[in-house]
Amino acid sequence: MILCIPSVGPDSGDSIDDRFGRAPYFIIYDTETDTITPHRNESAGGMGGVGLKAAQFLLNHGVDAVIAGRVGGNALEALKAGGIKVLLYQGKGTVKEAISGFLHGGLKEQE
Amino acid sequence: MIRLAVVSGKGGTGKTVLTGAIAHLCNRPRVMVDCDVDAANLELLLHPRILERKDFAGMEAACIDTTQCTACGICSDACRFDAIRIHGGDYAVETGRCEGCGVCRLICPAGAVSMQPRVCGEIFYSETRYGDLVHARLAPGAANSGLLVAEIKKIALSRNGDCDLMLIDGPPGIGCPLISTITGTDQVLVVTEPSVSALHDLERVVQVSRSLRTKVSVVINKHDLNPRISGTIREFCRREDLVFRGEIPYDESVMEAVRTARPVTEDTVPAAEAIHTIWDDMSHDLW
Amino acid sequence: MKIAVASGKGGTGKSMVAANLAFSLSVAEPVTLFDCDVEEPNLHLFFPEDQPEVSSVSILVPDVDPDRCTLCGECARFCAFGALVAARDRVLFFPLHCHSCGGCMVACPAGAIRETPRQIGTVTERSISPNLLLVTGTLNEGEVLGVKVIRAAKGRAGAESWIIFDASPGTSCPVVETLEGADFCILVTESTPFGLHDLALAYDVTLQKGIPSGVVVNRSDGRDDVVHRFCNEKNIPVLAVIPFERKIAEIQGSGDLIARRDPAWKDRFCAIGRACRSLMEGGA
Repeated sequence: MILCIPSVGPDSGDSIDDRFGRAPYFIIYDTETDTITPHRNESAGGMGGVGLKAAQFLLNHGVDAVIAGRVGGNALEALKAGGIKVLLYQGKGTVKEAISGFLHGGLKEQE
Repeated sequence: MIRLAVVSGKGGTGKTVLTGAIAHLCNRPRVMVDCDVDAANLELLLHPRILERKDFAGMEAACIDTTQCTACGICSDACRFDAIRIHGGDYAVETGRCEGCGVCRLICPAGAVSMQPRVCGEIFYSETRYGDLVHARLAPGAANSGLLVAEIKKIALSRNGDCDLMLIDGPPGIGCPLISTITGTDQVLVVTEPSVSALHDLERVVQVSRSLRTKVSVVINKHDLNPRISGTIREFCRREDLVFRGEIPYDESVMEAVRTARPVTEDTVPAAEAIHTIWDDMSHDLW
Repeated sequence: MKIAVASGKGGTGKSMVAANLAFSLSVAEPVTLFDCDVEEPNLHLFFPEDQPEVSSVSILVPDVDPDRCTLCGECARFCAFGALVAARDRVLFFPLHCHSCGGCMVACPAGAIRETPRQIGTVTERSISPNLLLVTGTLNEGEVLGVKVIRAAKGRAGAESWIIFDASPGTSCPVVETLEGADFCILVTESTPFGLHDLALAYDVTLQKGIPSGVVVNRSDGRDDVVHRFCNEKNIPVLAVIPFERKIAEIQGSGDLIARRDPAWKDRFCAIGRACRSLMEGGA
């Protein structure tokens, strides 16, 4: 399974960024190979539709689920259309902690 | 951190005066954000000392490299915003009209067009007597105030995240910058006045706030200028299940305080007393 | 003559000035008043009228043909505004993000995108009197392309003696669009530091557009020295000073016009109109 965690930095020790579309980095975690790959979010400073651009990024990278604080309206619609789950993570944890939370089955899906 | 935005729908209802008063009355650590980036007035009451400033490049604009350009004019024909015009044989982009869509770059057969960041404003991080203030100025005619608003809120959150209150002075209207202002707030305080135009705009602001799922409370400023319409507004609040926070009487000392560039609550006058009561009520609700 | 009415900040009484000016001038000559505050038009509140003629304002937006679409994602990649997302089985379109640039149609290698009109607002015409027409531009809620509605509304201008454009407050894109083509701009301000601060910003826009301007000080309590000083320094004529009076606030607040209630005000507003005309003709 491919998981995406929006993050303030490229390392697994960096905090997750709860703003989805404007997060400076997207960390891709592959559960099968247990690998972490950071990607810069090129659209973070964009004019508008950054949530949608982020959704497109996730679709392009075959992501199955994204961990986020909350995903708004349009972006949520795009993710749903692509079959991508949004898993809610409240709080100020790190990427590593978010992944751990996921692996222990503790994250709830956003409706 | 509680995020409170003071908005108005219609301009001129006294939003900034009230925000200045709350900045003064609140006794918890707070950071102020002036999201009225087209006409940032909160600084006139808070007297900020600017600590840092940085350019805001919210948009990209097209740029034609005349050394590559063959003056075929295809870009100018394709531009739907009338932003590419010919001046003495050379095609050039009028950045004020450029929407940043990139059609010209796509369509140019000579590859002579590129998209460049365009500085269209400035962000300031300042300190004031009541706490830090994040504010900005957007160049006239520049679009993207929504993005600038999001940017200054982000700065306030990351640098002053340990404050109890983020106090936001919102922009008038119900467009993009207002939506950007209200996003992520815990409560929105709508400042209205007893006139038909203000009531009309109040309805629309409430609609927008509701769709963004933030709690709405209402205050009527200068309520005694038209008791009948004030009554209509109170009734509207009741019907729509909005929190009615209170009323402020018309008070000439408000003008006086603004003239001397101070929060009105520094004096003991009727408007200030009403605001004290309103803030007491609000702070009990917020914390 | 085309006069734009603008203000740096909201709530200065710009609409009040525009409405009273239009009404007063229309007593003797044909006037069209344009409400270009398309996000929150309110001039119609001063001119109740029963049979408005409404026409729609549309923009062209993409329509993706699923049979020709190969899901290559070029359209989504091109769109600078995030209006298109290539999902796994179809292309999604988010109309509120679309700026109607037409680029996706060009970018699509399969010719799968054509354009279709989508309504974003309305232009309403109200015949208030034989001499006064009110044209209101209204942007549908949530839409962002106010400039298109303003252009559509202003397109109704004919050869009437007086054309008045009431702009939204501030100095944003829609205001700049409203001022386009105006011969003169009335800047409405109040005599407070807020008013002055924002007046300076609005004045800059008129300079940039090369439009001569004049100031109306509204809700004055007689202590307008800072505004007068500013106007003196910049050589901006002060066209009128309207005092703060509860009576005026009550009349305007209830949706009536002081020029309608009092012939002296009608005369004063006509004088403002004439002053604009002679300033413009004098090449100020």
